[in-house]
Amino acid sequence: MTRAITIHAASPGVSVQDKGRPGYLAQGLSRGGAADLLALAEGAALLGQSDDLAVLELAGGAITLSASDDMRVALTGADMRATLDGAPLVWGASHALPKGAVLKISPSRGGFGYVHLGGGLDAPVQMGARGAHLAAGLGQAVQTGDTIAVGPDTGHRTGLCLPAAALDTTLRLVPSLQTALFGDAALARLEATPLTKDARGNRMGQRLVPEGEGFATETGLSILSETIVPGDVQITGDGMPYVLLSECQTTGGYPRIGTVLPADLPKLLRAGPGTVFRARFIPLDEAAALERAEAKRRAGLSRSLQPLLRDPRDIPDLLRYQLVSGVTAGNELEEC
Amino acid sequence: MTGTPQIESTSSAGFPAIRTVGVDGFLVSFAGQLDERANRAALAFRAALERESWPGVAECATSLVSAFLRFDLAACDHDSLRARLDTLLASRDWYDAPLPEGRRLWRVPVVFGGDHGPQLAEAAKLAGQSVEDAIATLCAQPVRVQTIGFAPGQPYLGQLPQNWDIPRQTGLTPHVPEAALVVAIRQLIVFSVGTPTGWRHIGQTGLRLFRPEADDPFLLRPGDEVLFHEAHDLDRLRKSPDGGAVAEALT
Repeated sequence: MTRAITIHAASPGVSVQDKGRPGYLAQGLSRGGAADLLALAEGAALLGQSDDLAVLELAGGAITLSASDDMRVALTGADMRATLDGAPLVWGASHALPKGAVLKISPSRGGFGYVHLGGGLDAPVQMGARGAHLAAGLGQAVQTGDTIAVGPDTGHRTGLCLPAAALDTTLRLVPSLQTALFGDAALARLEATPLTKDARGNRMGQRLVPEGEGFATETGLSILSETIVPGDVQITGDGMPYVLLSECQTTGGYPRIGTVLPADLPKLLRAGPGTVFRARFIPLDEAAALERAEAKRRAGLSRSLQPLLRDPRDIPDLLRYQLVSGVTAGNELEEC
Repeated sequence: MTGTPQIESTSSAGFPAIRTVGVDGFLVSFAGQLDERANRAALAFRAALERESWPGVAECATSLVSAFLRFDLAACDHDSLRARLDTLLASRDWYDAPLPEGRRLWRVPVVFGGDHGPQLAEAAKLAGQSVEDAIATLCAQPVRVQTIGFAPGQPYLGQLPQNWDIPRQTGLTPHVPEAALVVAIRQLIVFSVGTPTGWRHIGQTGLRLFRPEADDPFLLRPGDEVLFHEAHDLDRLRKSPDGGAVAEALT
């Protein structure tokens, strides 16, 4: 019998994701894949496996599942509430998922969370990837009652965590193709305007609500449709900014006021609705340097792994632990 | 009548232009507006980029009058790639490039107006034509697939006469169904998936443009031409192979 997880309940917005399908841009199919690529890397580091493996993405959704065998699980991305047979699990960490135990996850403040299984999800490959591209009708959302195969797991460590990523609320932008269309005054106003994350958002894009008037341009309604990349901040006809995400369209005619650095997208993806962001333009060479540094940091995440310290209040069988004997080196007492 | 689309004037000064896209992309544009020769140039330049296959280039694509290139920041930098693009641009007159090989003419039936094209009257009015004349104009000449984009397999078709240079609407229509025919800025699009849009919905086809289960998942290719004709029974179109469309080779 193959290793698998069974989905006992799934709200809308749960899907199987991986790094998506690069290479079909010319045919109008965007890369898709996990919205939060940092979360993919964090889960891979926590489980000591490749970040090419498929995971569950919870786009603000909730899920209840159990495993056919003893497995390992890691939880990354936006903070969510997780319990295993009713006992709370620490987010941003790896845990044992014993056979038959019920893992229940529900959103706390919103955003995109990720559930990684040791060995990765062995969902069917379509056009070179396992990730569902919901906008393109490729694959589908995870449904209650689904069984998803899980690949062989060569690792065994659990109880690890990563230091929480330092996520502020500044979205750094580089100029985009149509940035100049808006004029210096509008660009300065964009940087000065509080931008509130709206409840409306999905894998295609996240709406931001500016304080005061929007950023509409007259000419913007008749510009030529042009290539779009994830992170582009599209201004629709009513002046509202949308940050386009991994499942965005490949071309579009609404002007883009700038492009959010890929390294800053997790800030937006992990925040709850109502979070206030600020936009700040930075020069392209600075942005390229930041991205190169972030790629290096992502690749070396496993060096930052720390043992997970359990909060004594969360340990129901506390009295079974020897609490006083032994000496600790001290460093494992750092909080994750 | 299957005449070739009208040839537009050469691009204006300042093109071709190389601009950056996001943190790891370049766009080489051959015009600032829709232009027949610039569209050919973009298709030919992208084909050349594929042939060159420079190290570190992750992906190439075309939009209407531009070629896009995405690269790996760990393997290249902006300066050296821009220099390579400059050299390739200077190596020939891209505006004289021929259209891609293997082009086809697709005759595509459309149900115009009514529930299947609720904004036909509004679009016709903006174009200064009666509804009947608008349909006649849109079916009079083939339009070319200038690029595939926005959604998988979705063609941007052009170019329509000058009076069809109508803007997108300011608000979004929340949902227009798959295979819908929409219009704005001298172009037509057949949607490959249901989508919100700012373009005006004027008709409905039976085309299935994206077939992920097929060996070749994309029905249309850049350079193909599409000649629309009016039909009235959408259910029949939807049951027909290729939505009632037939293709022939263009020589």
